Formats: sequence, structure tokens, C-alpha cells
Amino acid sequence: MRFYEYESKALFRQRGLPLGKGSLARSPEEAKRAAEEIGGPVVLKSQVLSGGRMKAGAVKFADTPDECPALYEAIEPILVNDQKCRAVLVEEKTPVAQEYFVSVTWDGRRKLPVLLFSDMGGIDIEEVAEKHPEHVSKTHFSTILPLTPRIAKEAIADVGVTGSDLNRLTPIVFELMKLFLDYDLTLAEINPLARLEDGRFIVLDGHLDLEAEARRRHKTLLAELGIGEDETRQAREPTEFEIAGRKVNEADHRGVAGNVVQFDGNLGLVIGAGGGSLTLFDAVRNHGGKPANYCEIGGNPSVKKACELTKLILSKPGVEKIAVMMNVVSNTRVDIVARGVIKGCIESGKDPAEVITIFRIPGAWEEEGFKILEKYGVEYCDRSVSMYEAAGKAVAKMGAA
Amino acid sequence: MPGLFINVTVADDVAKDVEIAKKLEEVCPVSIFKAGDAGVEILEENLDECVLCDLCLEAAPEGKVQVVKLYAS
Repeated sequence: MRFYEYESKALFRQRGLPLGKGSLARSPEEAKRAAEEIGGPVVLKSQVLSGGRMKAGAVKFADTPDECPALYEAIEPILVNDQKCRAVLVEEKTPVAQEYFVSVTWDGRRKLPVLLFSDMGGIDIEEVAEKHPEHVSKTHFSTILPLTPRIAKEAIADVGVTGSDLNRLTPIVFELMKLFLDYDLTLAEINPLARLEDGRFIVLDGHLDLEAEARRRHKTLLAELGIGEDETRQAREPTEFEIAGRKVNEADHRGVAGNVVQFDGNLGLVIGAGGGSLTLFDAVRNHGGKPANYCEIGGNPSVKKACELTKLILSKPGVEKIAVMMNVVSNTRVDIVARGVIKGCIESGKDPAEVITIFRIPGAWEEEGFKILEKYGVEYCDRSVSMYEAAGKAVAKMGAA
Repeated sequence: MPGLFINVTVADDVAKDVEIAKKLEEVCPVSIFKAGDAGVEILEENLDECVLCDLCLEAAPEGKVQVVKLYAS
């Protein structure tokens, strides 16, 4: 869940990170007042949940407060990557000597947080990493062992920063690392982190992403930032199909059959189990298949729940067939899911043998499940067929359809 | 609507027994049985939720409750 810049900065301020003077404006008059309070040249920045503001013209500079109302009115209607402007942040324009980049995120392969630091901030970090790799350091750190400023210091020193700059940067970077862990963030980024002409450092722009599953743990923080419980912060509004998926999940407390996401393909997916959904979705695409949806089932959903999810997916325009695939399951019964999806097909007026391309759910009660599948003529496979191979079989059947 | 996968039958002499009806309602984890003044009622909409736990078989005299897997026939 992405935070707006002004929210990220509110959190930075709480943690003592250095920020310039600034305030949020929700009208042209407020923008002028904010500039008057700051005194001197200011920058007006649209608050949107997207990058690319500068390119879209949603960041503008003013030398006097009188210029601000017109600039506010120019910025406010601009959509940046289809994202609406929520407010305009008015901040002092500071004389920058050098810009740095610092970011903490997860390295999925290493299963560790990773700190990225560069002394070439303000520009695209991927480009810096490609063209000037000596200017980017990458440092993994533990979530179990004590976090120490030394890790931050070494990461900064790795790109050649020394002396007082190194000493001043270290506590800022270290605080960002702590913030990342304390608030279950998936991204904590400051770009640019600026060294001013007088040698001080300040955060010019920041971006925080909270793990959506951690919202409950950080209710207090979200309340402090004024983020409502119903504010999803998704990249787009949920579709009717996705809302219907949420209702299917909420209608029955047993297990999970939800997190439905709409795609444009023709192969409906009933997928899940311990990361299996993501793996299977990718596998279908790697085989050239076109998923009609993403979803997650697991935790032993009831027959009714699996049935309703299947009916929903089959009702989506363009869906020709479905694939029912999971990782090996111990906490979900194969026979119960088999009953649910077959019932869903029948109640949708479709022949399960025709519409289910493959059923690959190995695990608890699989023998009972396989008897059900045999009765209805549904092609199934056990754990000797990998998830990737099962996805391939499903896609091949779509090609033959 | 009858079950697509599971059918449950209760012998007539036991079906009217209010005490057994209460026991059946209590033990079934998916609410297939409902106890009433006239004995036990089968809630057909829940038949397919049967998890084959056999608790109903143990709650009634032997052979008086039967759980039939319709897909096994």
C-alpha cells in the first residue's frame, strides 16, 4: 500500500529525518499561504500515487507567493499515469550541491532486505546501476541479527563517500533501514536525498510502501496519517468482477477463495496454496496462455465457496475454460475443492469434462478427490506432474479448443 | 436440492427420536442435521459439504445413519 509523499514525510519527520520547510495545500489560497510562511522560492508538487510527476508537469517552481495560486490551479487537474492529484505539497526550494539515492526493499531471491545506495541520486537508479555500477552499492541485512549503523556506513562508503558526508549520511540511512523493518514496509526510498550547499542533508522526496497484509498491525500509524480503513490505495479501482470475488470470500468464513484480480484472457484460473497462485499464474503466461483472472484459494474453503468462485470465473465474458491448480496441499482437502469446482461448472450449465482443462491439486484426501474427478471425466494429475507442466497442459488444451 | 456428491439417510425409527436428532445436530460440523420436535431433518443444501468425518454414524445406533458417496457408485 503506497503512501503519498506528504504521508511518507510525516513519518520521516516523526523519526527525526531532516526535511525542508513545507506544508500541504488543498486550494490555491492555501498554496499561497504556505509559500508566505516558508518565505522565498518554493516548489509545488502534486500528491499522486505515481512517479513521473516532473515529466507530466505536475511539479512547478515559484519565486514568490503570488505565483502559487495559478500554479496550484495548473497542477491540480493533471493526471499522472491516470492518478488524480490529492493535494499539492508546497516546500522550500533548496540550493542543492549533490543528490543521493537510498532505498530499502526486499530481495525475494535472497529472502532478505536489501539496502541500495548511490551518490547519483535524482535520476533513474536502474540506469545508474547499468551505466555506472561503481556508483551503486547493494547491501543485504538480516531481520534477525541486530541492526547497526555500521551496515549503513559501509554501504555508503562502498560508493566512495568519505569524511563528514559519510558521517552525516549514516544516521539518515540507518533510520530508513529501521523504519523499513519497524513498519513492515516493502519499500522505503529517499530520492533524492540532497546535500545542500551549506553541507546539511535533507530529504527532498520519499516513497514508502506498506505491506498490505500488515495494515492491521499498523492501525495506529495509519490513523495518525489519516488513512481510512476502506482506502485500498490500489493502482486502480476494483472491477465489478473483483468486487464479486471479494463477496464470495466474505460470504463464508471457511477457507479462502478470493483475492480475485481481473485480466483480459480466456483461461479462468482457480489457483492457490503457499505462493502457488503467483507461480501458476506466471507459468500459464510463460506457456503463452492468457489468464482471465488471478485468484487465491486455500485454507480448506467450503464446497459452496469453491463452487461460487468457479461460477463467478465462468461467468466472466471471454472465459472459455478454467484450470484448477494448486501446490501440494495439506490444509486444503482435494475432494472438497473438486466437489466445489465441479458443482460450479454444472450450476453454470457447463460440462466439467469440457470446461476444466486440468485439475492439479495433490495433497490431503487426493484419492477421494480423484474418484470424483474420474466420475465426471475431468483430466487430473498428481504431484508427479509439476505446477509448470500442469500449466502447460492447460494452455495446450486452450490451443486445441 | 439433493446433494450432487453425498446423500445421507436416517432410518425411520431413529429419525423420529428427538434425543438422537439433537445429538446428530450437535456432532455434524457442516450442519447437515437439524433437530426439531418431530425428530431430525436433513438440510439438503448442506449435503455436499459433508467432510466424511463419520461422527453422525457414531452418534446413532449402528447402521441407522448412512452416508452415501454418490460419486463412488
